[in-house]
Amino acid sequence: MSKFKKKAEVKQEIPTSSMPDVVFMLLFFFMVTTEMRKSSIEVKQQIPKAAQLRKLERKTLVANLYIGQPTEAKFGTEEKIQANDAFISTEDIIRWVNEEKSKLAEAEREQLTIAIKGDKDAKRGIIADVETELRKGNARKVLYTAADNSNARKN
Amino acid sequence: MARSTPEIPNASMADIAFLLLTFFLVTTTINNDKGLSIGLPPPPDPNKKDEVKMQEKNLFKIQVNSSDALLVEGEPMEDVSGLKDMIIKFIKNKGVDPSSSETPEKAIVSFKTDRGTSHKRFVEILDIIQGAYYDIYAEQAGVSNKEFREAASAIGTDPEKRAIYERGKKDYPMNISIAEPTKVGN
Repeated sequence: MSKFKKKAEVKQEIPTSSMPDVVFMLLFFFMVTTEMRKSSIEVKQQIPKAAQLRKLERKTLVANLYIGQPTEAKFGTEEKIQANDAFISTEDIIRWVNEEKSKLAEAEREQLTIAIKGDKDAKRGIIADVETELRKGNARKVLYTAADNSNARKN
Repeated sequence: MARSTPEIPNASMADIAFLLLTFFLVTTTINNDKGLSIGLPPPPDPNKKDEVKMQEKNLFKIQVNSSDALLVEGEPMEDVSGLKDMIIKFIKNKGVDPSSSETPEKAIVSFKTDRGTSHKRFVEILDIIQGAYYDIYAEQAGVSNKEFREAASAIGTDPEKRAIYERGKKDYPMNISIAEPTKVGN
């Protein structure tokens, strides 16, 4: 009988002394990778999927345009363009491009890439209008942001 | 002197760290800076109105209407899985088939949409067209499609990758013409 009792007394515990270290490591990872968004996106953003993706070479040379239906009903159902934290109309795009360009160093201005983050249900019409304005504003490098699906559809 | 050393209680440290961790987990957005890269043409010149005449055989026409239906070379197409091979065949024709492209330089893939076409469909088709070109480039450079695209994304910093990129693109300019959309649907 005493034999069994002895065995029951053996403690089976997971050592937890290193848990804070593990958690801190994770914490630092997320702290470093996180980027506080200056503005909340107020248009629908369901990014379409594609396979032939290209990465952007330098993230500082990117300006984002969000296009889609507003998430809040008070802004209506018509698709809108959001740049930084405000809705802009197509006529404002040239001005916006120049603003974004002026943030960059002189030599890098021509390398500005516009990332068009279009909702998958956004219509081609509004995006084509944006493209026309970007051509006029001489920001001709465009990236249609898309999610990777090359693993789902092998090619 | 068996005096106990002063200690900070650290049993709750894990809890605090977890709380912070949860906060960052929720607020974090891993930036998605990947996508289909294109270069737009220069702005239209209002003074010049010369209609550039293209020979019909050097054009590969893809049209999408406002209900996302596809028309390839005048024929309706339901299944897009064969489209990429059609485009590759068209680009690499080099005059073999007299009704197809003469040279890869002259071959143009024309992609026309409607204002009512969804962005999803647009990206899907553009993906296929670019995929056809990247497949050709990758084959020419002797790397995989993925490796070629990675090389193309790093031409500014890595001379070795630039060499791969140049070798792949040789003789095959990416002539994708994205026409101004028609105004049928909205």
